[in-house]
Amino acid sequence: MDKTWNNKAWFMVLPAFLVVAFSAVIPLMTVVNYSVQDTFGNNEFFWAGTDWFKDILDSDRFWGALWRNLAFSVIILAIEIPLGVFIALNMPRRGIGVPFCLVTMAMPLLIPWNVVGTIWQLITRSDIGLFGYGLTQIGIPFNAAGDPLHAWITVIVMDVWHWTSLVVLLAYAGLVSIPDAYYQAARIDGASRWSVFRYIQLPKMKRVLLIAVLLRFMDSFMIYTEPFVVTGGGPGTSTTFLSIDLVKMAVGQFDLGPAAAMSIIYFLIILLLSWVFYTVMTSSDATN
Amino acid sequence: MARITLEHLRHAYGPNPASPQDYALREVNHSWDDGGAYALLGPSGCGKTTLLNIISGLVRPSEGRILFDGQDVTQFSTEQRNIAQVFQFPVVYDTMTVYDNLAFPLRNRGLSEDVVNKRVPEILDMLELTSRARKKARGLTADLKQKISLGRGLVRSDVNAILFDEPLTVIDPHMKWVLRSQLKRLHRQSGFTMVYVTHDQTEALTFADKVVVMYNGEIVQIGTPAELFERPKHTFVGYFIGSPGMNVFPVAIEGSKARVGGMDIELGYAPAVSANQKTELGIRPEFMELSRSGMPVRIRKVEDIGRLKIVRAEFAGQPVSITLPEDTEIPAEPHVVFRDNGIHIYADSWRVGREA
Repeated sequence: MDKTWNNKAWFMVLPAFLVVAFSAVIPLMTVVNYSVQDTFGNNEFFWAGTDWFKDILDSDRFWGALWRNLAFSVIILAIEIPLGVFIALNMPRRGIGVPFCLVTMAMPLLIPWNVVGTIWQLITRSDIGLFGYGLTQIGIPFNAAGDPLHAWITVIVMDVWHWTSLVVLLAYAGLVSIPDAYYQAARIDGASRWSVFRYIQLPKMKRVLLIAVLLRFMDSFMIYTEPFVVTGGGPGTSTTFLSIDLVKMAVGQFDLGPAAAMSIIYFLIILLLSWVFYTVMTSSDATN
Repeated sequence: MARITLEHLRHAYGPNPASPQDYALREVNHSWDDGGAYALLGPSGCGKTTLLNIISGLVRPSEGRILFDGQDVTQFSTEQRNIAQVFQFPVVYDTMTVYDNLAFPLRNRGLSEDVVNKRVPEILDMLELTSRARKKARGLTADLKQKISLGRGLVRSDVNAILFDEPLTVIDPHMKWVLRSQLKRLHRQSGFTMVYVTHDQTEALTFADKVVVMYNGEIVQIGTPAELFERPKHTFVGYFIGSPGMNVFPVAIEGSKARVGGMDIELGYAPAVSANQKTELGIRPEFMELSRSGMPVRIRKVEDIGRLKIVRAEFAGQPVSITLPEDTEIPAEPHVVFRDNGIHIYADSWRVGREA
């Protein structure tokens, strides 16, 4: 069979190509452009080669932010995934409780991120915040603005409050897709509660949980707004994650070259980790 | 192993059932003899699966009691009742190997690995799954999955009964036949009480010693395949069992005469029907003949199905099926004759006997 070649088809992909070009490719190229040059304003540029990259990779500031960010992501995943699964397992499958639970769960997800930050900034204040004042009154002086541990506890509790719902909703979607016959068969087979979870619910939730892990990892690795509002990255640099550091560098100090170099390194790290996730997910599919 | 008695079972899925239509199961009184092989036959939605799930304890009946060997088990959980059940759609634990799938019900009950290693290979062998035993039970075809489900139902040697809920729906025809014979053999060897739910009359009639026909949430007839064929107690049984089903005509009863299509048929007895009942005459296609005399009939179509011919005709203004031996000549001006022993009279769909 002869195929008809018609190059007009390229026009069909043109709109999508333009959107992607203006939203992703051109900005990214601009960043690449900045990362290899130095500027003092006036649109004057000097070639800097790989100097900015070397500076960034040699700086304690970058590695500090990177490790803090990785630690943050690992901690919130370790809390949100099991907690989300636990809540999803205990949600009703049918009846009027279902819409009630779903709406309650969706609520934190609907709140704008800076509002979430403001809520937690207020609630943890030791002078007027319910949480901060309460703890201080019972003899635990709580100070998110002064104590790095307290600042970490605040951003982690805030993230868990904000995002566990997403894991719950994904896990719940996985759970409700399990046909009743599986539970009935498990009862006939005399399976314990744990066996039902281990051999029926967990395998059926595996795919959505992988997506939940991926989404939560990406989001937490890019986290900016909430900790910025609550702690401003402090005290000191104790809650300065990669994005916060990047914005400080680019906007605060107007170091466009190093900031661009850092953006690219940041981007490559995310690309690498996404590739790892993608490989893990597709390989688990391939064995199916 | 146990004799299972169902006493006045009724079940409604919704709360506060008021009318009989609210009940998925209207009223069931029945005993399953220890070691019997029963088929529960009926159309979709007639309450077969509800009844099965009530026996296994997956569903608590709204009313009534279930007794195992005289002991009331109505409030017992599924585990306590010790029943095996195989479902219509295959359930496999796909992170386990095929072997572990079959071992699962045994291990859950804390049986030793010696028992598991003796029992599981027997079942694997019976289901021809031995070569796959150590492979993961994922990515299998529907019939292999269903064999694993069947295996989990058969692996326990101490169950009170094994319930099958249309287990062969997803299995291809040849394998169906093989598995059905294996189940039948297993029944003879093991002596388990087996209840086999199906909507396929061939399956029911080949598997079971006794067939229980359900319709609209009620048991309408219990009997051997021959009884169901020869003396259907309800027009539904006549229609559902046999292919094609029984012909049913509205009829007027006057003493011992039945008037149908302007002709009188002498019944030889006076059926006990009251005036306000809906009376019908049922006759299976096998008990009708075409000849030159009798009642006039118009032939629409003749289907040759090998040994038999099925004549689709019109009689007294409604369609009728007649089966004839293959070599029968069809007369030019056909008339139909009803053989006496095939005529049944129904009042409000229930059979009115000679003895009544």
